[in-house]
Amino acid sequence: MATALHKPKGQGGEGGDDAPVAVHLDHVSKSFGRPGKQQLVLDDITLDVAPGEFVTLLGASGCGKSTLLNLTAGLDAASAGTITVPGGRPALMFQDHALFPWLTAGKNIELALRLRGVPQGERRAEAERLLTLVRLSGAHGKRVHELSGGMRQRVALARALAQDSQLLLMDEPFAALDAITRDVLHEELTRIWRETGVSILFVTHNVREAVRLAQRVVLLSSRPGRVVHEWRVDIEQPRRIEDTAVSALSVEITERLREEIRRHGQQ
Amino acid sequence: MASSETREKGSEDLAGLEAGLDALETPATTPERPPVGRILVSKVLPPVVAIVLVLAIWQGAYWADVKRDDALPSPLDVGDEFAEMWRQGTLFEYIWTSVSRGVLGFVIAVAVGTPLGLIVARVKVVRAAIGPVLTGLQSLPSIAWVPAAIIWFGLTNSTIYAVVLLGAVPSIANGIVSGVDQIPPLYLRAGRMLGASGLTSVRHVLLPAALPGYLAGLKQGWAFSWRSLMAAELIVQSPSLGTGLGQLMDGYRAMQNMSGVLATIILILVVGVAIDLLFFSPLERRVLRGRGLLARTT
Ligand SMILES: Nc1ncnc2c1ncn2[C@@H]1O[C@H](COP(=O)(O)OP(=O)(O)OP(=O)(O)O)[C@@H](O)[C@H]1O
Ligand SMILES: [Mg+2]
Repeated sequence: MATALHKPKGQGGEGGDDAPVAVHLDHVSKSFGRPGKQQLVLDDITLDVAPGEFVTLLGASGCGKSTLLNLTAGLDAASAGTITVPGGRPALMFQDHALFPWLTAGKNIELALRLRGVPQGERRAEAERLLTLVRLSGAHGKRVHELSGGMRQRVALARALAQDSQLLLMDEPFAALDAITRDVLHEELTRIWRETGVSILFVTHNVREAVRLAQRVVLLSSRPGRVVHEWRVDIEQPRRIEDTAVSALSVEITERLREEIRRHGQQ
Repeated sequence: MASSETREKGSEDLAGLEAGLDALETPATTPERPPVGRILVSKVLPPVVAIVLVLAIWQGAYWADVKRDDALPSPLDVGDEFAEMWRQGTLFEYIWTSVSRGVLGFVIAVAVGTPLGLIVARVKVVRAAIGPVLTGLQSLPSIAWVPAAIIWFGLTNSTIYAVVLLGAVPSIANGIVSGVDQIPPLYLRAGRMLGASGLTSVRHVLLPAALPGYLAGLKQGWAFSWRSLMAAELIVQSPSLGTGLGQLMDGYRAMQNMSGVLATIILILVVGVAIDLLFFSPLERRVLRGRGLLARTT
């Protein structure tokens, strides 16, 4: 019963109802540990991301956000429920860039292209195109350790895009960056999302970041992780993290998040 | 229209901002190679001083007559022995015989030890079965294999290669096992996400990620090959085999020629160090530096 279905492209998705989805999580639960002494980390999560939609998943540290992404990515199996990704294997961007240090920035991207089956003659040009997309056109021959943190995350983004998946999963990709760089990358990500039309499920514990980026913010509770509430974000892009509308919604969401956390203290 | 214009303007601003950040965050200059004079002083001088010191102590012991002169010849006597070998034109022949055996044995050991290590590292049952044995074998002195090898293969090259292989294969296999164990799981997961599985994953992720540990294993494997070879050559002697350094040394021992014995020991040492210095160290440094694991030292 615990399955992650990664259907090949073009087959279309039937996720319960007929509306097309980029990913459909249906009553997904996950526990860790041996039988008898199990820890329930995710409890009955049901969540859809529409094609082309940008959803942020917000939750306190340790609430199971990475676990949820790993399940969706197919790196781990759910304990119960089903996950359907109609567009085939999603791309995943890790919190640590996870670039291969034995390859240059460009070769990292070319490896992704190669594993996707892009013929050798086209890889170089395609890698250059992706590097240009993340505004790193000169970085093809750079080693990973020669790049700054922000540049590494951009190469990692380019590598994830090289998979040409219709769904991009991002696990706190900007958490380790300084505020200025993060701000710039928010703008870049918004631009790239609009240019490519990819669906994004973006995990973060930063409320303002969640509001700044998403069309929809989903709040996850802790221990076990459940979907508590979700907000549509109707603020027009381009947004800024310091916009009043962003701040106002952030305050509202933070209030709700604090309430959730307080609940744990009372038990 | 107006909004698309502002967006384009905004996009240009962003590109400029980003270029500025990138420029600020990358080092302005790449570190330059230190001048030759500095390299000489920091890298070459210390070992030279050490060698001179050893020679001085040796000469002192000779003058102090710690042992009879035929049991403890002076550095100059040993130098004469080198000169003699040089005049006879046999010096390089001896070295070549041993080095070619050592290199061939090492290459076979790599060909055997690498897949063996990969299987031990990746297959749990195999690891449980022969992992401890491999580690144990590594601490077994390879000279212990010589009698058995002679009984199996007689006084032939096969015996010599068998001893070299038994000495080197475990350390090379263990090298790749620890190389694989040290791979951050993140790389394997990233590889899986990119669609690498099975042999593709081994080739594009596992092997390159394990390379630093593997190289350390190869380096040690060479040391074991060379050591085992000398042990084998000392004992396995036959006119048909050709004279390597081990056989040369045993010949000197039979003639009670201590200068010759010492000269051969020095040769064995020099060859072992030279191969490490000329081949393995540069390779290792290149790999580590390419991954940013080694700062350029002055
Ligand atoms: N492989 C595992 N085995 C056992 N427990 C695990 C495992 N992976 C995660 N957990 C537990 O599941 C819970 C959620 O972990 P997860 O990494 O998904 O949280 P997170 O929301 O991503 O946290 P963070 O914000 O710190 O990244 C934690 O309590 C953690 O201890
Ligand atoms: Mg996490």
